[in-house]
Amino acid sequence: MTWEVVIGLETHTQLTTASKIFSGASTQFGAAPNTQASAVDLAMPGTLPVLNKGAVERAIRFGLAVGGRIAATSIFARKNYFYPDLPKGYQISQFELPVVVGGSLAFMVGDEERRVNLTRAHLEEDAGKLLHEEFHGKSGVDLNRAGTPLLEIVSEPEMRSALEAVAYAKALHSLVRWIGICDGNMQEGSFRCDANVSVRKPGAPLGTRCEIKNLNSFRFLERAIEYEVRRQVELIEDGGKVVQETRLYDPDAGETRAMRSKEDAQDYRYFPDPDLLPLAITPEWIETVKAAMPELPEKLRHAFMEELSLTAYDAALLTESREKSGYFQAVRASTSAAPKMVANWINGDVSALLNDWGLDYSNSPVSAQALAKLLGRIHDGTISGKAAKEVLHAMADGEGDADAVIEKRGLKQMSDSGAIESAIDQVLAANAKQVDDYRAGKERAFNSLVGQVMKATKGQANPAQVNEILRRKLAG
Amino acid sequence: MSLHRSTLAQLSAKLAAKEVSSVELTRHYLARIEAWQPSLNAFITVDAQKSLAQAKSADERIAKGNAAPLTGIPVAHKDLFCAKGWRTTCGSKILSNFIAPYDAHVIEQFDRAGAVLLGKTNMDEFAMGSSNENSAFGPVRNPWDLQAVPGGSSGGSAAAVAAMLAPAATGTDTGGSIRQPASFTGVSGLRPTYGRVSRYGMVAFASSLDQGGVLARTAQDMALVLSVMAGFDERDSTCMDRPTDDYAAGLGKGVKGLRIGVPREYFASGLSQDVAAPIQAAIEEYQRLGATVVEVSLPNQALSVPVYYVLAPAEASSNLSRYDGVRYGHRADQPGDLMQLYKRSRAEGFGPEVKRRIMIGAYVLSHGYYDAYYLKAQKIRRLIARDFAQAFEQCDVIMGPSAPSVAYDLGSKTTDPVQMYLDDLYTIPINLAGLPGMSIPCGFGDKARPVGLQIVGNYFDESRMLSVAHAFQQATDWHTRMPGGFE
Repeated sequence: MTWEVVIGLETHTQLTTASKIFSGASTQFGAAPNTQASAVDLAMPGTLPVLNKGAVERAIRFGLAVGGRIAATSIFARKNYFYPDLPKGYQISQFELPVVVGGSLAFMVGDEERRVNLTRAHLEEDAGKLLHEEFHGKSGVDLNRAGTPLLEIVSEPEMRSALEAVAYAKALHSLVRWIGICDGNMQEGSFRCDANVSVRKPGAPLGTRCEIKNLNSFRFLERAIEYEVRRQVELIEDGGKVVQETRLYDPDAGETRAMRSKEDAQDYRYFPDPDLLPLAITPEWIETVKAAMPELPEKLRHAFMEELSLTAYDAALLTESREKSGYFQAVRASTSAAPKMVANWINGDVSALLNDWGLDYSNSPVSAQALAKLLGRIHDGTISGKAAKEVLHAMADGEGDADAVIEKRGLKQMSDSGAIESAIDQVLAANAKQVDDYRAGKERAFNSLVGQVMKATKGQANPAQVNEILRRKLAG
Repeated sequence: MSLHRSTLAQLSAKLAAKEVSSVELTRHYLARIEAWQPSLNAFITVDAQKSLAQAKSADERIAKGNAAPLTGIPVAHKDLFCAKGWRTTCGSKILSNFIAPYDAHVIEQFDRAGAVLLGKTNMDEFAMGSSNENSAFGPVRNPWDLQAVPGGSSGGSAAAVAAMLAPAATGTDTGGSIRQPASFTGVSGLRPTYGRVSRYGMVAFASSLDQGGVLARTAQDMALVLSVMAGFDERDSTCMDRPTDDYAAGLGKGVKGLRIGVPREYFASGLSQDVAAPIQAAIEEYQRLGATVVEVSLPNQALSVPVYYVLAPAEASSNLSRYDGVRYGHRADQPGDLMQLYKRSRAEGFGPEVKRRIMIGAYVLSHGYYDAYYLKAQKIRRLIARDFAQAFEQCDVIMGPSAPSVAYDLGSKTTDPVQMYLDDLYTIPINLAGLPGMSIPCGFGDKARPVGLQIVGNYFDESRMLSVAHAFQQATDWHTRMPGGFE
C-alpha cells in the first residue's frame, strides 16, 4: 500500500506599505544596517506601537480575494520570547482572533483545477536580522527589517504532493502580487513558506508532522518536501516514529535537518497587547476596499476559457500575473487575430523573449500595440509566422515597428501568383528527377520541391500559395 | 525668601508681574533640592545647567509677553518620563546609564508650555512598590517624619512637593502610585482617566493600568498642570481623542447638590481608626458645604488586589523583556554566550521586587495557567468596572480613604510583600476600572502623619473632581500645612 502525503503551508508575505506596521520608519530593502529603525523599532523604553492602516487595508484586500471572512474585530497579541533580533522581547502578532478567517485558493495542477481551503490570515511584524560575518566571533543586529508588516497566510493541510504544494505557492505568489499587497520578491524574503509535512496510509488519521521553516524559493519548497516525505516514509518503514519537530532545509546538502523538537518548544505566553486597541473593521471600510479591487485571476481565467475557447492551460498561463493578462487583453483589443494565436504568441515567443531579457510584462520592449500589429501582418498574409519571429526580436532590439522591420529586412511574402508560378516553372524544369519521383508516388519529393521554390524566392513566397500552385502543376 | 511656600498659581502670577524671574525661581528650588537631598533623597538626577537654560528661555518668553500659565515654572518629573538628553532610570540599575534619545509626549507638552524641567525624581523601580523602598538609588524619606516612608511608587515626586522642593511634580499611577504617596506626604495628587494623558515616552509598567498625573499642593495647581499634560496624542493608541476641559476655569462650581457616594465596604475591617476619623470629618465638611451623602456598594472590591497582582505582573513581565542588555542599559561583563548575556544582565540589573513580579507575570501567562489566572482576572476586572458604573448611577463622586493607614516606618513592611500589596486596596479598583482618582490632605493620624481623602470621579470627570477638591480647600486649611523644618 502506498503512502499518502499531507501538506499544509504557512506563508509569510511582506506587505507593500511604505512604512512599518507599528512605526513610521521606512520598509525599503537594502539600506545600511539600523538606518531604518526608529525609536519604536529599537524598543526604546516608553515607545508605543501605532497600527499602520495600510497594512490592514492590504489584509482586507487579501480576505476579499480569497473569499474569506474579514473579522469585524480582531486582536493583536504579544508572542513573548527572547532573541536579539526581537527588540521588544515579544512579537506583535494575532493569535486567537485573526483579521481573515477561511477562504480558499484555486489553481491549476497541470490541466486539473484544484482548490485549497485557507485556515486564516493574520497580521504581524517581522523581526530584525542577525549578521554573523565580519564581527569576529560576535554577532551584529540589524533592525531595519524589525516591524516590517507581514500577512501570514495559513492553508489547511489539503495538499497531497510537493508538486501540488508548489502549484499552490505559485498561485498564492501570483495572487498577492495581482492584488498589489506584496512585491513577491523571494530573494529579498518578501514571500517565504513554512511547510508542514506528514505521511499516512490512505484513510488513516493524520500522521505526526514536521515543519520545515523559511523556504524562500519554489525549487527549495519542492525539494524540501520531497526529501522530507522520503525521510518520513523510510523512517516509518524501518520501524521508527516521526517526532514532531521544526526542521530546516539545507539547499547545499539537499536535506532537511532537525532544528528543535516539540519538547524544546517555547511557551510564548501569548496575551492581548494592551498597547493596541482591538482592530475594528467596519462594513464601510470593506466596501471601499472592494470597490478598488482589480478583477481576480480566477475569474479572468474562467472567462478566457469560456468566452475565448482557450484551453485551461493557456488561460492559466495568461493569468500568471495581472500585467500579463492585461497585455493579452490589450493585444486582443487591437487585432483581429484569433485568441488562440494571440495566446500562443504571448505564452510562447513573447514570454521567452522577456525571460531572456530578464523583463516582465510591465516593461516589455514590445508593447501590446506593437505585437498586435505584428500579428496582423501574419493574419493578412504579409509575412510568414517564421518571419514574424525574426520581426519580434528586431522590434525588441529597437529596429522600429513591424512594418518598418518587414520593409527593411525584405521579409514580405511573395503573394504575386505570376512570380511564384515562374519560380515554380524554373524549379520543375531543373528538377526532373524529383518530378518523376513525385508522380511515382513519393510524397517526400514534393517537400523537396517546395524547399527549392522557397529557396529560389529567398523564403518570401507565401508557402500556402506555393503548395497550391505546385500541386496543380504537378497534377497537370 | 519664601518663594517655595507659594502655590504654583501664585508663582505664575509673580512671574507674570516680573516680581521674580524664572532663573531666580529655578535657582531657589535647585538650592533647596541640594540642601535636602541628603536627608530626603527625593531626586535621582538634577542638572542645573539644563534647567537654568530652560529658565532663561522662559524669561525671554515672558519678556516677549506670550507666556502661558506654566511658563517659567519649575516642575519635577518622575524618572520614568523620557526627556531627551536626560538620564532616565526608572529607579533601576538596568537603566542607570540610559540617556533618553527622545521626549515623552508629557515632556513635550511641558516644554511647549514653557515650564522648566527641575530634575528627575526618585521612585520605586519601574513603579513597582508602595513605599519607595524598591529604588536602586536608595529609599526616599517622608518630609513629615524622616523615619517614615513617603509612599510609592511616585515617592520622590510626593516628597519633593511636600518639602517644597518643587511647586509641582509629575507622577504615574498604576495601582495608586500617585494617590497613596500624596496621602502619605500630605499633598494633592490626581490620577486622570485612563487615556486622558498620553503614555508615549512614559516607561511602561502595566500598560492597561498606567496613567500619568500630577502631584501639587492645591487643586488649583493640579488643574493648571493637568491642562498642560492632558490631550490627544496619536502616538498612544489608547489615548482618547476627546477635547480637554478648561480645568482651572471650572474650579469655582462649588458642591451644592453634589451627591457623594460612600461605599459601605470602605469602612469595614482593616481601616485604622486614626484614618477613618479624618475621612468621616471631611465627608461631614462636604455635607456642611451643601453636598449629600448616599451609600453605594462595590461588592467586588475585595477581589481587586488579587486581580491586580495577576494582571499588572503579567503585563510587566512582557513590558520588561526589552531590558536584555543588547541595545541599551546595563549589560553584564564578558558574557560567555547569549543566554549568559540575558541572564546575567537581567539578574544584575533588576531588583528583587521587579524580579518577583516578572516571575508572577510569566507564571500566570504560561501554558495551562492562562485561563485560570489571566483570563479569570480579566473577567473579574470587568465586574469591578461594572460595580463603579452602577455606583455612579446614584452619585457624582465616590469618597473614602486613599490608604488604610498613615505612612509607616521605613523597613517595617519590606519583609512581607503580600502585606504591602494589600495596602493598595483602596486605590487599585480605580485603576482596574480606568477611572480618575484623587487624593487630597484632610487631616492627620497616628504620629501626626498626614491622611488623604480619596475622591473618585466618573470617566473624564476630572473637571468636576478638581472643583470638588477646590471647594474643600477653600473651606479648610489641611492643604496649607507644611512639614516642620521645611518652611
